[in-house]
Amino acid sequence: MLQIDRWKRILILGICLLGLLFALPNAFYARVEAHNDAVAQIEATGVETPELAAARDGWPSWLPNSLVNLGLDLRGGAHLLGEVQVAQVYKSRMDALWPELRRALSAERETIGAIRRVQAPEGVLSIEIGNPDQMARAVEIVRGYSTPVTTLTGAGQQSLAIATQGPTLTVQLSDAEKALTDDRTIQQSLEIVRRRVDEVGTREPTIMRQGADRILIQVPGIGSAAELKELIGTTAQLTFNPVVGTTGDAEAQPGLGQIIAPSVDQPNLFYILEDSPVVTGEDLVDAMPASDENGLPSVNFRFNPTGARAFGAYTSANIGQPFAIVLDNEVISAPVIRSAITTGSGQISGSMDFDQANRLAVLLRAGALPAEMTFLEERTIGPELGQDSVDAGKIAAAVGFVAVVALMILSYGRFGVFATVALGFNMLLLFAILSVIGATLTLPGIAGIVLTIGMAVDANVLVFERVREELKTARGPARAIELGYEKAMSAIVDANITTLIIAAILFVLGSGPVKGFAVTLTIGIVTSVFTALFVTRLLTVMWFERSRPKQIEV
Amino acid sequence: MAFRLKLVPDETRIDFFRWQFLTFGISTVLMLASIVVLFLNGLNFGIDFRGGTTIRTESVQPVDVAAYRAALQPLNLGDVAITEVFDPTFGDDQNVAQVRISAQDGAEAVTPQTIAAVEGALQQVDPSITFPSVESVGPKVSGELIQTAIYAVLASLVAISIYIWLRFEWQFAVGAIVSLIHDVLITMGVFALFQIRFDLTTIAALLTIVGYSINDTVVVFDRLRENLMKYKARPLRDLMNLSVNETLSRTVMTSGTTLVALIALLVLGGDVIRGFVFAITFGILIGTYSSIYVAKNVVLWLGVKRDWDKADPKDPKTRKNVSPFEGAEEG
Repeated sequence: MLQIDRWKRILILGICLLGLLFALPNAFYARVEAHNDAVAQIEATGVETPELAAARDGWPSWLPNSLVNLGLDLRGGAHLLGEVQVAQVYKSRMDALWPELRRALSAERETIGAIRRVQAPEGVLSIEIGNPDQMARAVEIVRGYSTPVTTLTGAGQQSLAIATQGPTLTVQLSDAEKALTDDRTIQQSLEIVRRRVDEVGTREPTIMRQGADRILIQVPGIGSAAELKELIGTTAQLTFNPVVGTTGDAEAQPGLGQIIAPSVDQPNLFYILEDSPVVTGEDLVDAMPASDENGLPSVNFRFNPTGARAFGAYTSANIGQPFAIVLDNEVISAPVIRSAITTGSGQISGSMDFDQANRLAVLLRAGALPAEMTFLEERTIGPELGQDSVDAGKIAAAVGFVAVVALMILSYGRFGVFATVALGFNMLLLFAILSVIGATLTLPGIAGIVLTIGMAVDANVLVFERVREELKTARGPARAIELGYEKAMSAIVDANITTLIIAAILFVLGSGPVKGFAVTLTIGIVTSVFTALFVTRLLTVMWFERSRPKQIEV
Repeated sequence: MAFRLKLVPDETRIDFFRWQFLTFGISTVLMLASIVVLFLNGLNFGIDFRGGTTIRTESVQPVDVAAYRAALQPLNLGDVAITEVFDPTFGDDQNVAQVRISAQDGAEAVTPQTIAAVEGALQQVDPSITFPSVESVGPKVSGELIQTAIYAVLASLVAISIYIWLRFEWQFAVGAIVSLIHDVLITMGVFALFQIRFDLTTIAALLTIVGYSINDTVVVFDRLRENLMKYKARPLRDLMNLSVNETLSRTVMTSGTTLVALIALLVLGGDVIRGFVFAITFGILIGTYSSIYVAKNVVLWLGVKRDWDKADPKDPKTRKNVSPFEGAEEG
């Protein structure tokens, strides 16, 4: 008859209590968030200030502390979709290959004749040789620079694709090598973006690859997408170049192998520099903000052994000469070398405030992006707008909840009350699961919750309506309730599986906010089926056992 | 007897096929009208689908659309749309407008200079103006988003029909799909007619409608299948009426609770998701209607194989294909 095993009851009640426990932190959102931040900060820095300790103690550490993540549209922040210009790397690879090939081909000038590089599309190296009859030999030499590529589709591919046409030999990266290069470029870009964003220390940024050559960046709490772009878009190419002279004329023609670069802080001052740097930022291992001997903001840096050796050799040979610290083709400062710097560390000082010094250190540490990024999509949501949406969503959810409850109780009396209790647990479980799996709640996600409130009672309605029908024919109320649950089952399963299919498609194909909607919808379906089938049933059985009604009214 | 709110009387014997020419006719007309409106008006695509930039402005001073327009005129941004946003949740000194700029040249979303220029020009008109959100989508991405959206809707229709086909019979799957297309098409028609902004979240709403409507349809089908096994000799048309009547109070109740919750969100949820919520609310109304009036009519028209347990093709009763027209004359 109508009964539920003892262990099943304990399990159902246990799940409900766990739901309550894990949903609880969300009711004290600000306090728990402060607690989590304080714990993380104390762990990171090892310093415990009274404020941090107070924030930490604001929430007992033995209680769960996972919170529902708020999406960008609720918390405010910036969203960027960048496309990495992977083809730029092909070009630089070819440009780097050319001097080597020139040397190798020139060595056999007698057989293959004079060589010259001719105009070709970007990423393609075209070489014209003087003696086309000996093309085979030239190809052989070039092939020496190609290496085997191992890909998933099989070995045997070469890194260079070489073709000949008349006297012209064209070299470019093979498709397999391009694919590998693309992958490496994206990985590197991801890493650099991640480091730069992490350095400014915002909460839980999302940085992930999307498709073949795109990077999605979401940073909550940042002022605007433009600010974020500035942070990740700056290339921070640092070089140390010998100074040839200075000029006040921006149009001055520098000599061969020389470049002209403006000064950052002095208008109308331009430096003429040697084009090839002594050391570049790639040899940098560390950079941090500091103060110089006058107490002014500066950046201390350290070279790796290669950089230290080159820098040491140069400074000892050029005491008394100026050299320029160049960042993104602008001269930050051009100090005079007073003594040989062989320790491998140095200091950049110039006109900057502490914020700028900090930024510069971040950029130097992170290094340069391997290729440019163009931004295909950008969104900025102000924190107030997000807060307004959260507030409006809360009110709407509360009103919706009350209205649904009223409708249920008016329609089904005592059983409506049971359904209401189940709906309450449903909400708790939904928030508990969202918190534990670290899902992100978005504005459409709130709509998903409200929709769940409305639809969650569907399973109950199916059961109750069925019980009503069965009461007309079945022998006794217990049997009617039993049959009601039994026969409503197939409709409940079908109805919820179809909704799950939709949610899965939304999750796979959707992005950002839509994905958040799919997540809440999916979890909502699972929890509502659980609460409707098990919780209301348990409540019904418990009531039934206590009062043993001869007849019931649903 | 305790008081019970009964949205639907205990026993109903409504003949849902009685007005089927009218209901089916209205549905057909609405679908055709939606197609016509979609072609004539087109959808008012948001930037997700056609690229461009939207800037939300907020100010303590009243919005002066003409002044905004005049300020942006010299910037030569091409097509600029400025609309004032009204919402019951706004305070007295909260005046919100939405500025939409069409996509500029190139694949990039927008240049920081353009945004700075627009913000600067608007600040000249109204110094207290703030910009709570700036969103920009490049033409490259918007093209892909359209594609993804179409895939999403098609994939959901295909997946649902396969599921229904596996769980029921192919006739049911056809009925379900026809009613889903009906719901999606008419909702899109309403969006085209009133030029409500159509963006990514609207697609999510359309899929939700698909999910809800199929939910309703499945409950009716489920009962129909049960009745088909219970009453082997009764005509399909009667069984359908019986099934719908039996499930009617559940259908109305669930739609009722869902609508109540959604209306709360529609009124109180703020303007940012109003389009989304509107689409779902409308879709649930139309979805409830279609599972009563569209899905099963199609199934009736196609007929159902009724000889699962005794495969006797000679038995005329078990092999009868009932057409809705035949049924209507009898009634």
